[in-house]
Amino acid sequence: MLKPWTPFEWIVALRFLREGRLQTLFILSGVAIGVGVIVFMSAVLAGMQSNFIRRVLSAQAHIQLLPPQDVSRPLRQAASAPGTVVVDAIVQAPRQRVKSIDQWQAVAAQIRAMPQVLVVSPAAAGSALVTRGSASRSVSLAGILPAQYYRIVNLEDKLLRGHARLAATDILVGAELASDLGVSVGDKLHLATANGAAATLTIIGIFDLGNRGANERSTFVALHTAQSLLGLPGGVTSLDVTVRDVYAAETIAQRITATTGVDAQSWIKTSAQFFTAISAQTTANTAIRFFVGLSVAFGIASVLVVAVVQKSREIGILRAMGISQGQILRVFLLQGGLLGFGGSLAGCGIGALALILWQRYARNADGTPLFPLVFDPKLFLSALLLATLTGLIAAFAPALRAARLNPVEAIRG
Amino acid sequence: MAEFPAPAGTNKMAVGTGPVVQLSGVRKAYHTGTAIETEVLHGIDLSLQPGEFCAVMGPSGSGKSTLLNLVGLLDRPTAGSLRLFDTETTGLDDHALTRLRGHHIGFVFQYHHLITAFSVLENVMMPMLGAAGFPDAAMQQRASALIASVGLSQWQNQPAGKLSGGQQQRVAIARALAMNPALVLADEPTGNLDTKSADDVFALLQDVNREHGTTVLFVTHNPTLAARCPRTIHVIDGRVIEE
Ligand SMILES: Nc1ncnc2c1ncn2[C@@H]1O[C@H](COP(=O)(O)OP(=O)(O)OP(=O)(O)O)[C@@H](O)[C@H]1O
Ligand SMILES: [Mg+2]
Repeated sequence: MLKPWTPFEWIVALRFLREGRLQTLFILSGVAIGVGVIVFMSAVLAGMQSNFIRRVLSAQAHIQLLPPQDVSRPLRQAASAPGTVVVDAIVQAPRQRVKSIDQWQAVAAQIRAMPQVLVVSPAAAGSALVTRGSASRSVSLAGILPAQYYRIVNLEDKLLRGHARLAATDILVGAELASDLGVSVGDKLHLATANGAAATLTIIGIFDLGNRGANERSTFVALHTAQSLLGLPGGVTSLDVTVRDVYAAETIAQRITATTGVDAQSWIKTSAQFFTAISAQTTANTAIRFFVGLSVAFGIASVLVVAVVQKSREIGILRAMGISQGQILRVFLLQGGLLGFGGSLAGCGIGALALILWQRYARNADGTPLFPLVFDPKLFLSALLLATLTGLIAAFAPALRAARLNPVEAIRG
Repeated sequence: MAEFPAPAGTNKMAVGTGPVVQLSGVRKAYHTGTAIETEVLHGIDLSLQPGEFCAVMGPSGSGKSTLLNLVGLLDRPTAGSLRLFDTETTGLDDHALTRLRGHHIGFVFQYHHLITAFSVLENVMMPMLGAAGFPDAAMQQRASALIASVGLSQWQNQPAGKLSGGQQQRVAIARALAMNPALVLADEPTGNLDTKSADDVFALLQDVNREHGTTVLFVTHNPTLAARCPRTIHVIDGRVIEE
């Protein structure tokens, strides 16, 4: 029985689709598979990207301000006399010494006043040698203000043992360094720097930054401790900044450089390689989407072309009954839209199922998921919308053909 | 004798004032191939008064279906004037022709009568549904009553394709009457039915004509049935000859 308030076009379109059982089923499956692949691929890609970004940004600032680098320059100026060719200008990098950011307090205040900026954290960093008994390791020493730095890199979350409340004679070390040196929380470490300063510090915590190299090299101490060890009284070697919109980091970095004159580097610039890879993946994904969309469109169009031929007598009879060209057009457009929508609905189901299975079975060696997947409703909605639109567009040519059928010829067959 | 349900609403066209159909000098040529034109109808003059029941006879290929399709606004004449219900139709666009056809003309064809994707009831509702855009209870009641009047009530919820040829043709008549048309065009409705079914279908058309004053143009090859019609015209080689 016909449900009230179902428009004529819907009634006829649905009934025609239902009557073309196998045809409808096959094209729905085709659309579903295409959409399923797109949904799955897009979700995995998005998961990978956001996972990478989260990992990168939980271990580093969005923007880092560094003192100006001494530029390498030729020791001997190239002779300008004509005919003299300098074959081998000797180029030498300047001696690496720890430099402080000029007026860092003022610069920090200036940046902190910018509305997009969340946290500004000063750090004094350099290299040092730690010794424990006969073992020694070269490490990078970072002096921080915990209250600010932990808002950028939350070391407290990354602690395996101990605590992270740094006092003047305390040090935090990475898990690999601790096991290399055979030390644990409460043990003492001897630190020496290139400018002759040395101190004995107590390990109060052992952290895991999620990266073997970082765990071997990184150590954290209070800012004052680092300043005196590195010979930088009152100075800092970098300002770490976080901003509200991580993707605006590069623009903000440029603005900071422009207003303060200090070189500011955003995570976007330092992760350029990652972004190149991402954009290559995105391009590939877009191309795949486009071609899947195209084959979905051709599939729907070809099914409808056949349907118009099969149904031409019915179309003729409907026209004889006073059904308008517009109504016939809409009946077939609707069929295209419904095939796109129905197929993509099933495709979303397939994609979601594939994601769940993938999350269950594709795992790291230790059994943890590769990365958490987010079921973004926007992805599913846009898949539904685009597939429906594709169906409508694909149906246009066959629908127009149906509408323009000469009823007399259609009825004669 | 069938009792046809009373028309829903008033009859839209002023019946009884002038001729329902008035053709003068109507020609129809078909383009076959690239440039060759074959004229099928060579200047037809024909007029049908309200309530007339007119049989159309003539040899195969003489142009009877062509004539009916022109009168039913399914096709356009190449030349001449075609007035329906006092409206000149030759200048109207497809939309206007479709409206006129849907509201005032009922078709019954020889083959391919019903839409198999729908039930008997839905087939009869279809012209009303197309005109209104949405189904409603009144439409369903009228379709039900029309099906009852052709004696097929127990079949109304069956798929249309399940019925015999004669039954399908009776449903087609019920459907042609759905919009309470002033004119019914029947192109060999009894053409491939057995004698009994043909008689039933013919009797139905007579009932429609008698009860509602509906004008009927009825193409047939059957001289017995034609003899029972008050008026018969012959289409021979694209010309109309009155009996
Ligand atoms: N669309 C068309 N294109 C070309 N020729 C056509 C077309 N329709 C009909 N004809 C030709 O016009 C002539 C008349 O056809 P029509 O169908 O009107 O005859 P008819 O009298 O109904 O015949 P029948 O009794 O077999 O139904 C025939 O020669 C037919 O081949
Ligand atoms: Mg014919």
